[in-house]
This record gives sequence, structure tokens and C-alpha cells, in this order.
Amino acid sequence: MSSVSITLRVNGRSYEVQTEPHRTLLDVVREDLRLTGAKEGCSTGECGACSMIVNGRLITSCLMLAPEANGADIVTIEGLAQDGQLHPLQQAFIDHGAVQCGFCIPAMILAGKALLDVNPHPTEAEIRRAIAGNLCRCTGYAKIVEAIAAVAEAP
Amino acid sequence: MRRFDYYAPGSLSEALSILQERGNGCRLLAGGTDLLVQMREAGLHASCLVSLRRLAELRSIDFDEGTGLRIGAGTDMATIEAHPVVHERYRALFEAASLIGSVQTRNMATIGGNICNAAPSADSAPPLIALDAVAEIESPGGRRELAVGDLFTGPGATALGPNEILVALRLPVPPPHAGSVYQRHTPRQEMDIAVVGVGVALTLRPDGQIIQEVRVGLGAVAPTPIRAREAEDALRGQSPSEELFARAAELAVAASRPISDVRGSAAFRQELVRVMTRRCLGIALERARAS
Repeated sequence: MSSVSITLRVNGRSYEVQTEPHRTLLDVVREDLRLTGAKEGCSTGECGACSMIVNGRLITSCLMLAPEANGADIVTIEGLAQDGQLHPLQQAFIDHGAVQCGFCIPAMILAGKALLDVNPHPTEAEIRRAIAGNLCRCTGYAKIVEAIAAVAEAP
Repeated sequence: MRRFDYYAPGSLSEALSILQERGNGCRLLAGGTDLLVQMREAGLHASCLVSLRRLAELRSIDFDEGTGLRIGAGTDMATIEAHPVVHERYRALFEAASLIGSVQTRNMATIGGNICNAAPSADSAPPLIALDAVAEIESPGGRRELAVGDLFTGPGATALGPNEILVALRLPVPPPHAGSVYQRHTPRQEMDIAVVGVGVALTLRPDGQIIQEVRVGLGAVAPTPIRAREAEDALRGQSPSEELFARAAELAVAASRPISDVRGSAAFRQELVRVMTRRCLGIALERARAS
């Protein structure tokens, strides 16, 4: 079967993409849309580095075929800063020294955002559970949790 | 991933006719969290994927005081976890749905996929067996029903034919004085696979003194999820006690046929069945008393 035509709305902008159906949403966003914030780590949904928010829910884009996202509203890390202002979570990650090598961070911030969007004042346990699907191999989890908690506590 | 033909039918009948036309080599795609991993890592080659994404009829949860709970097979775990009736009255299923994978997994993985992939460790299987769930299966010839416990035929294998689609799971209304629980043992709390999983649903007689009905589902201790029928028989009609639960736990151990693998030895798994069955019976009893 030949390629399929899909429409994606990514960070508020609409894209028409032709893709072969075996390519993932991650492939299309990185290679066709050139938004490389989402990373390919394990390719099997375990590391979470490819996480995006699709129709309001955090998913691993390495396990979503691109045509499965047809018509979806997608947020990647590139969509968080507004008018040159970092998103409060991005700023908090910097302020708390939560970023080491950086590979896991775009998805980690999106996992934090997905949590705070539905639960603005989570407990530490809820924060840890919300990022359980995101591995950081620098193992800077304590500072990542602190950064998310700081945004959650802000008035 | 190797190339495949991709279909996203807009109706169940269309999906069924694609399955019939394309025959073997066709796989149904639901959440993708198992299937795509198998295609990438385990050498599964599907020549054709039929996506269930557009079938809204597979994604409903309905509860009726007369007929019970009906969960569309395409419902994701996060939706099941968040459903108030599941949380209150089908506690074992709530507990399984909230344990599976990560936030991302639960947002994608479906209950139908968890059942149809038929891993012996599938977390939704022991609670569905314990809660007496029935699978609704559709084919071009019509609809049939099968107890979830009878759906599994081996590791990764089910009784579903190549032209059949699991459309929904139906769970009866829990009677008064009933409680259920699912627990699993894993080295990590999140993103792990059950070394052993135990689901129990227990109903007391109205006087609260005698076990009227009980069902015990076990995961990861046999080629398929299983029911510990001998343990159930020993419990039914008896007055609950620690000795009784210990005896039932021994019968659950006898029903299990675990293997030794990277997650644990057969002996360790049997010890877990002993401890966890006893523990889950105690929790289900407490919940039945409180209900």
C-alpha cells in the first residue's frame, strides 16, 4: 500500500503530511516537521523520551503510527515557550538544576505539564507517579521532582 | 518496522470485511503498546494492520443496575481507571488498570488489547476472571459470548478466530456484601510486569458470616491466566477464617504451574501465590464486609 495523507495540528499549526503507514508519529514530527525536541530512546515505549501530548494526553509517540494521529492536536516541547518566554516548567527545570545531559528533559517537562494540566497541586507521590514512564539516565530525579513541585506550588 | 498495508475502517462491519478479505497476516491495531513492540522487537510480521481507532462504539463504558458493566474493548486503561463505577464497585479491575505500565501506557493501551495479546501476566486478566467477565465477540457470522477465563488458550494465543473481533467485556452487577481486589508482585512499582498477579472477588451471605461465592484468578503462574477452582470450592459455603484462607492458598499453589524465568523461579512464584492469595482473600473479605 502506498503512502497516506494525514493532517496534524502541532503546537497550534496545521500540517499536511504524506507518509508511509509504518512510520511513527515520532518519525514524522522529527524528520518531516523538523521538530527534534522529542527524542527516540528505546523505541518500545519504556523510556518515555518521545512523549508528546496528543489530544490532551501524554503518549509515547514511538508507539503511535503516524496515521493513528490523523486529525490530532499535538503539543511538543517546541510549543511551550510563548513570545520568547519560557514556560514556567522550563524555567523551573533550569532554576533547580534539573537538566543534566538533557536527552530526557523535553519529555520530562511534557510529563510534568500533562500532570499539572489536570492536577495543579499534586503531592510528591503523584509527581513521581506521573514521571514514572520517563527515564533519566543521569538519574537527576530528585531535582526534576523539585522543579515540577515548585511550579505546582507557585500561586 | 517492516512495511504493511494499513486500514482505518469507520465501522465494525467494515473492519470485519477487511479481516475476511485479507485473511491471515492481518492484525488488529488498538493502543499499539504491545503490537508495535512485537513487530519491532519480537519479529512479528503483519502484512496488514486494521486500526480500531475510528470505531467509537468500541470505546464506551456503560453501567446499568440491571445488566451490569459493559466496557468497549477499545477503552484505554486510563479511562477505566478514572471511571467512578469501576472505582467503587469493580475494585479489582480499577487496581489492575491503575497498575499497568506508565501514564503514557495507560493512555494508549486498551483492555481488549491486554486480553487479546494474552500474555500469561496480563494484569487485567485475573480481575476479569474473578469478576466473572464475559467477552462479546463479533464475526461476519454474528455475535458470540465466551467467559474471559475460556478465552486464553496459550501464551499469546486466544480462542478468537481470524475473522473475529473482541468488541466488549461485560461484568455482572456485584451483589450486596461483595468485595474484590487485584494485587501483583513486581520488583518495581511502575513500568513492570507481574511476577505473580492475584485477583479475588468474594461475596458474603446477607448474614455476613458465610462465603456465598468466591472467584480467584491467577496471573503469570501458568501458560495462561487461570482460575483456582479448587481453592474456590474449598471456600464456598464456609465461614471465613485464617485457617480456611491458608488452606485455600495451598490449593491455589497446587493449581499453579509456573515456570522459572528472568522475573523469578517457579518456587518463588509458588510462594508468592501462597502469600498473595491469602492476603487478597483477607482484603476482599474486608471489602465485602464494608460494602
